[in-house]
Amino acid sequence: METVTIKPKTKKVRRRVPFFSEIIKNKTFYAMMLPGLLFIIVIYYLPMMGVVIAFQQYNPFKGILGSPWIGFKNFEFLFKSDALFQITFNTIFYNVIFLILGIGLALVFAILIDSNGNRFLSGAYKSILLLPYLLSWVVAEYLLFSFLSVDRGILNQMLHFFGIEPVSWYSEPIYWRFILPAAYVWKNVGYFAVIFAAGISGISTEYYEAAKMDGANRFQQAIKITIPMLMPITIILILLQVGKIFYAAFGDWGMFYNLPKDSGILFSATNVIDTYVYRSLKVMGDFGMSSAVGLYQSVVGFVLVLISNFFIRRYDKDSALF
Amino acid sequence: MMKRLSLSNFFVNLIFIVYSVICIIPLLILLSVSFTNEQSVFQNGYSLIPRDFSLDAYKYILMGNSPIIRAYGITIFVTLVGTLFHLVISSMFAYSLSRPEVKYRNIVSFLVIFCLLFSGGLVPWYILLSKVLHLKDTIFVLIVPYLVSSVNVMIMRNFFRTIPESIIESARIDGSGEFNTFLKLVIPLSTPVLATVGLFVAVFYWNDWFTAALLIENSKLYTLQFLLQSIMNNIAFLQGNSLTVKAAAMQPDETARMATCVLAVGPIVITYPFLQKYFVKGLTLGAVKA
Repeated sequence: METVTIKPKTKKVRRRVPFFSEIIKNKTFYAMMLPGLLFIIVIYYLPMMGVVIAFQQYNPFKGILGSPWIGFKNFEFLFKSDALFQITFNTIFYNVIFLILGIGLALVFAILIDSNGNRFLSGAYKSILLLPYLLSWVVAEYLLFSFLSVDRGILNQMLHFFGIEPVSWYSEPIYWRFILPAAYVWKNVGYFAVIFAAGISGISTEYYEAAKMDGANRFQQAIKITIPMLMPITIILILLQVGKIFYAAFGDWGMFYNLPKDSGILFSATNVIDTYVYRSLKVMGDFGMSSAVGLYQSVVGFVLVLISNFFIRRYDKDSALF
Repeated sequence: MMKRLSLSNFFVNLIFIVYSVICIIPLLILLSVSFTNEQSVFQNGYSLIPRDFSLDAYKYILMGNSPIIRAYGITIFVTLVGTLFHLVISSMFAYSLSRPEVKYRNIVSFLVIFCLLFSGGLVPWYILLSKVLHLKDTIFVLIVPYLVSSVNVMIMRNFFRTIPESIIESARIDGSGEFNTFLKLVIPLSTPVLATVGLFVAVFYWNDWFTAALLIENSKLYTLQFLLQSIMNNIAFLQGNSLTVKAAAMQPDETARMATCVLAVGPIVITYPFLQKYFVKGLTLGAVKA
């Protein structure tokens, strides 16, 4: 009853200056919001307007406002070079493999960890699997080098032991098509596995009991109960990873730069969009070119996320991002 | 039946023991090389157990005015200050977005999530930090760009939402201001989420090589990870500026590199056993996020 009588009053106030009356009413909350909001506007949204550099012949001394506009020249140059195909192909190639291997193996690991039965051991395995996730790719570069170093590495010592000629891992691109996925799995599989394990512990035991009554074995239970129940988490993880692939510069691309030690001989197998942007900015100082590639990356990534979200929405509305 | 079960259990455990060894062995090799005599590494290569134990590498990199000590200081400062400010700004932000009485919370939440989907890319970001905010070659550039992360704000917001409304309501009735309620009631109730988010943020700051690589030229501001990256290709970075003069033969290059790397991962690996449950829990929070 009370609310009914109050409603028209607030409506009147809102009609006058709805924005300010709301701000004043909850001023403490908006004050708490302010630093974070300002931050995302400056650090995330201002650079979004900066994408216009891709259409300029950017001159650091003249700035964005003073640099001459050159239309699509930067893109013309980009689309004519062979680099674009190579870096796009490599980016997609690796990320598809990473997703399949990483998420697939993590699912297997999570199910096995859960079926272990010994809670102490399960916890220990989870912790150990997660450890590499906390190391940087620079550290991983050192760890990898201790295995792959041509004259001192463990791997070549082992080959030598079996009487096989040493391999110079750092000068043959083809090896890196296997080394990079292996490194990715080593570093990230624990992360995914722990998330899946958390998902599994949230599945009600009733399902499994019912399945056992019907005579389902552990493998059948995993296929028929665990994996379908983990689908929502899997979809979210895939969506976030797809977003990261083309999420210019701030995704997890350090491996492509650090693991092959920034070696030019290996570029055909290790150069991805992010490393290309980074190198053209840092080494060549080519603002126009690298921002053109950056914009290409952001737009493709955005479209990819929208497309995958569209399909997920059709399949299962609750799992979609928006 | 029982026998078959224990047999399959045995194989499951075997798989995990082998995989755990794969996770840990690279770190052991690193440690071993750092404690080996340079001459021995030169002749025999890397090994899991030091063939010829020696502390030379550590003496070498920690002696005198080594850049490593400085880089350690910079990294610790950046990690502590960055994590603290990240938690303060993000938790306030997330709390205001979690309150139902805040009318514009959904618009702002959308602004936060949209950052996950689209970004301006590296070049405008670089220009913003160097030309607009003039942070290049200052210690702040290592901290400021990462003070808010969309994912962390959403994780915190979802956690704050689970705090029973009755608690906040009763504080209000007791005359507590909104900020006071947040500080005295909500924050103490949220230590699990703050601890895990804080740990991941700290690890991020500790591991960040990229910002320094792009925006730091002054060698006095090198972070540990960037120093580590630099010496992989050129050991001379270890000796500061004057050392190109030194006789190359006397330097334990290979082992010094590995020793630097051991120092860089040391804090993470040593504290990990005590903190691992928070990391594992933190990922769980992230998973519920959806």
